[in-house]
Amino acid sequence: MFETTTTRHNALIDPVLRVWSWEIPVYLFLGGLVAGMLVLAGWHLLQVARGKSDDVYPVQTPLAAFVLINLGMLALFLDLTHKLYVWRVFLTFQPTSPMSWGSWILLLVYAVIAVSALIRLDESWPWLGHRFPVIGRMSRSLLARPAWLRAIAGLNIGFGIALGVYTGVLLSTMVARPLWNSAILGLLFLASGVSAACAAVHLLGSQRLFRPAPGGMIDGALASLVQPLTREIPPRSGSIALVRYDQIFLAVEFALLALLLIGLLTATAAHIEAARMLLTGTWAWPFWGLVVGVGIVVPFTLQALELKHRIPHTVIPALLVLAGGFALRWILVNAGQASEFFSATARL
Amino acid sequence: MARYGMVIDTRQCVGCMDCVVACQTENDVPVGYARDWIVTEVRGTFPDLAMEIRSERCNHCDNPPCVSCCPTGASHVSPVGQVVLVDPAKCIGCKACIASCPYGARFVHPDGYVDKCTFCDHRTREGKDPACVSVCPTHCMSFGDLDDPASRVSELLRTRRHHTLLPEAGTRPRVFYLT
Repeated sequence: MFETTTTRHNALIDPVLRVWSWEIPVYLFLGGLVAGMLVLAGWHLLQVARGKSDDVYPVQTPLAAFVLINLGMLALFLDLTHKLYVWRVFLTFQPTSPMSWGSWILLLVYAVIAVSALIRLDESWPWLGHRFPVIGRMSRSLLARPAWLRAIAGLNIGFGIALGVYTGVLLSTMVARPLWNSAILGLLFLASGVSAACAAVHLLGSQRLFRPAPGGMIDGALASLVQPLTREIPPRSGSIALVRYDQIFLAVEFALLALLLIGLLTATAAHIEAARMLLTGTWAWPFWGLVVGVGIVVPFTLQALELKHRIPHTVIPALLVLAGGFALRWILVNAGQASEFFSATARL
Repeated sequence: MARYGMVIDTRQCVGCMDCVVACQTENDVPVGYARDWIVTEVRGTFPDLAMEIRSERCNHCDNPPCVSCCPTGASHVSPVGQVVLVDPAKCIGCKACIASCPYGARFVHPDGYVDKCTFCDHRTREGKDPACVSVCPTHCMSFGDLDDPASRVSELLRTRRHHTLLPEAGTRPRVFYLT
């Protein structure tokens, strides 16, 4: 027999660590989504700079990304227990702390989003364009200079990758949590983020709520966030390309998920036990059902059927991909907190 | 520079919890929380059973993951004794340090910042032992400079079998248990 008793009963620590509740999975999901949207926006800006593209709706993804990153930051702020001291993060840079890297990356992401959002902002939000003609002039100035567009595209892609990878590295450096001890987590969250971004941009591109763009302040702002910029319905080739991209990143996500589990299953006893939590243990049903099934296999299959014209295009695969992306963070954050090194192995 | 550590003789510890009460009193630890605690482990097959009683706390690791993950520098290694401390005025309550600690040694203080054992930093600066060590009725706990070959802790580690908690985590703990 092996029996352990402890007199410790600290809140949120015992019997199982649960210091991070809904706020961190929400933040990690929105952060990954925004990271993916930056990558997509950067990729599309490169096409615009080469004069190759007319379907402009991914160019306005920075506007939606701005709203989403604010929601994510709000969730992150709500998680803090010493909120009035949050400004301390920006008084220092701690090179060994992923959270410190992330704080500064997020600040720079805001700057990249702000510059990117200027492009065609006067067209997508006419009220603002009329009030501040300088925005239109800046937008036209950027669009007339392919070199500047390429530079902004590079910043979008670079900071998108940095943001996406950081959300995974944040967890993987916690040595005490065997489930998170893998460098693959950063790439997994990036792939999942880009996949979710393809789905989100596809969803936004399918909206026809405010056509043509309203001239008011509030309705104009809302319209600029949720519908394509073009006066006409966006070309179908754009949404089909997004579905194809989504399939590629879903496949990459699936492969990385498999590699993560293989890595854990071939490591120490604590890591094997952590992997089993997902494969056959407490979290098996949510993991197989929501992450693998609802989040990857079902939408991938539906998208393949759509592309072969066996079934009509719908928003269902995109919604499933977003749900799966959130479930991945939710399950990994919660199962990861419950995973720990065995106290027994310490004294064998 | 000194490198403080603690050596606890599990053959003398009776689990009386005097160390826990002394810590609560000395450091004004809020009710319901603990900076140190007692773990009792029983292993074997009846009647061949072995029991180990340990007074546990922050291990003030030589490779502290709580310090490397802190985004503000609130968790830091003190120049006095190289003990791991938290500066409440820098702590934002992100709880990354709690998640990264394999020992569950940290908790969120009701005032919002993260709290933990300090090896009674305020006492050791005056040359006193930590409160837990000073009250132990069986004298099972020793405190001192691990880098000083003449210190009591160094002598015990030289002459007695000992172990640390979760060495596989790679944190290099500085609380040692004699067996």
